Amino acid sequence: MPTTAPAFADATSSDSALRRFLHGLPGVDPVGLEARAASLGTRSIKATAKAYAIDLAISMIDLTTLEGADTPGKVRALAAKAVHPDPTDRTTPATAAVCVYPDMAATARAALAGTDVKVASVATAFPAGRAALDVKLADTRDAVEAGADEIDMVIDRGAFLAGGYLKVFEEIRAVKEASGPARLKVIFETGELSTYDNIRRASWLGMMAGADFIKTSTGKVAVNATPASTLLMLEAVRDFRAQTGVQVGVKPAGGIRTSKDAVKFLVLVNETAGRDWLDNHWFRFGASSLLNDLLMQRQKLATGRYSGPDYVTVD
Amino acid sequence: MSEPTRLSVFKTYKLYVGGRFPRSESGRVYEVTRATSAAGAAAKGKSRSKGEGGGEWLANAPLSSRKDARDAVVAARKAFGGWSGATAYNRGQVLYRVAEMLQGRREQFVREVADAEGLSRSGAGAVVDAAIDRWVWYAGWTDKIGQIAGGANPVAGPYLNLSTPEPTGVVTVLAPQESSFLGLVSVIAPAIATGNTVVAVASERAPLPALSLGEVLATSDVPGGVVNILSGRTAEIAAPLAAHQDVNAIDLTGAAAQLAAELEVAAADNLKRVLRPRAEDWTADPGTDRLTAFLETKTVWHPTGSLGASGSAY
Repeated sequence: MPTTAPAFADATSSDSALRRFLHGLPGVDPVGLEARAASLGTRSIKATAKAYAIDLAISMIDLTTLEGADTPGKVRALAAKAVHPDPTDRTTPATAAVCVYPDMAATARAALAGTDVKVASVATAFPAGRAALDVKLADTRDAVEAGADEIDMVIDRGAFLAGGYLKVFEEIRAVKEASGPARLKVIFETGELSTYDNIRRASWLGMMAGADFIKTSTGKVAVNATPASTLLMLEAVRDFRAQTGVQVGVKPAGGIRTSKDAVKFLVLVNETAGRDWLDNHWFRFGASSLLNDLLMQRQKLATGRYSGPDYVTVD
Repeated sequence: MSEPTRLSVFKTYKLYVGGRFPRSESGRVYEVTRATSAAGAAAKGKSRSKGEGGGEWLANAPLSSRKDARDAVVAARKAFGGWSGATAYNRGQVLYRVAEMLQGRREQFVREVADAEGLSRSGAGAVVDAAIDRWVWYAGWTDKIGQIAGGANPVAGPYLNLSTPEPTGVVTVLAPQESSFLGLVSVIAPAIATGNTVVAVASERAPLPALSLGEVLATSDVPGGVVNILSGRTAEIAAPLAAHQDVNAIDLTGAAAQLAAELEVAAADNLKRVLRPRAEDWTADPGTDRLTAFLETKTVWHPTGSLGASGSAY
């Protein structure tokens, strides 16, 4: 088992201790949080700063396809796009990773061989997370063996909402161990956690259990990554590093479709967590259609003409 | 005590984009004034402030920016699938409904056209009636243009060969500068009758009838985004639209010669269809020129039954 940071050894010693710790976290002011997220979203990012932000955002994308209809061909096409997002302009940076289901991880691995683009695989009975622990661990090990560099796990929201924090904690620790060298992203599905207080508790729970990344959503429910919930998680990783010295990444996923939205998130990162997180090792976007919009904006900046969907791939 | 004075409620003219009525993204407006050629208009002016054109101030209209143009193209593209996929019969019904709504607001348009073009009430009434009739005329063409512009082609082989007209896509229309309503209807209606979606740039000096047309379209059954109406400086809005890679055609009717030449150069980049400006008499029978200007021809070859090995048809 990976060791828990010593600072939290007491807090995680029993269910009641963990509950006391998580419920002892400061409460979230929802109005203030949303106002803060909204006000940071009004920053005007233009010209060279915009060009920088667009390239940075492209390099942070986990290009995702998580459909029942995924075929090896589609995964290979997506991998090719991840390496050269805009074939007409080779100065376009590659995306950070390709994110697929575990059975497609091997296909993605083969397609991305020799490139810096990582293979991320969802695991642990994604997206519901409703399976026995053994099944989840087997799912995780399969993905790692197939060549996944990163594992995106979902927490058991049912257990979390029922107050079974220690169960969730132990599950994350077990999956972290099963992931071995792969970086572990822990998905909270913030849209199902009901309150901002719960999002803050889940963030700390995930980080204490050894998450390398905390991630908002699966993209499979009505409410996905919102600026407010992402801001809250960015505050959590900032505070966690201040307390323990351990840096944890953040990944908003789902519902981010336009360059404007992406740039707003980058502003949140810079203003909340700081410059250290403005790197695709520490911040990612889980997205698919966002990349096309970023490419169209990039073409607009390069040529001065508005581009159109005829000039990017149909995924 | 004297009777309280009632303050009249002024109308805020707004753009019509994607079925909504936004202000310009830039927040800018410009003053629209009564046509100075109006006979006796100056004499009747009730000592209101003079606008920049020298005529009596009528209203402020949004001064659109290139981002409004971009948003309008996005809305038009989004609406294209549904509108071009609707049956021709259905499009005809929807366009006829627009004429019904125009008829119901005839008085408002008569007033706006009289102010915009310096016409008498009866003169403006004739223009508005002609515009409504023209809308009906184009509504009738939706399910007939296929027979005129398409057909079965005789080919030397065992094939049935069919050509059918298909809409070009998103069409930018620079509406005529002088004929603020009849001219506007005469350029928008034919483009949407065949299934295109339109981004229309209203007459720069007299945009109010065009902006009011947006209100009519919003209350007919025309899906949001099929027609988008922008007001402002034609040259400023037209430049990004002409260069826009997601616009398929541009009608330069409202552009002066020099501007039209520049826009045509910009439009060449993605091979837009271009309709050049020409002398127009908007009261004359329009013919089918404008209906066919923004159509593509799709031709399909279909094997006839005589190909079967047994000699039978399938």
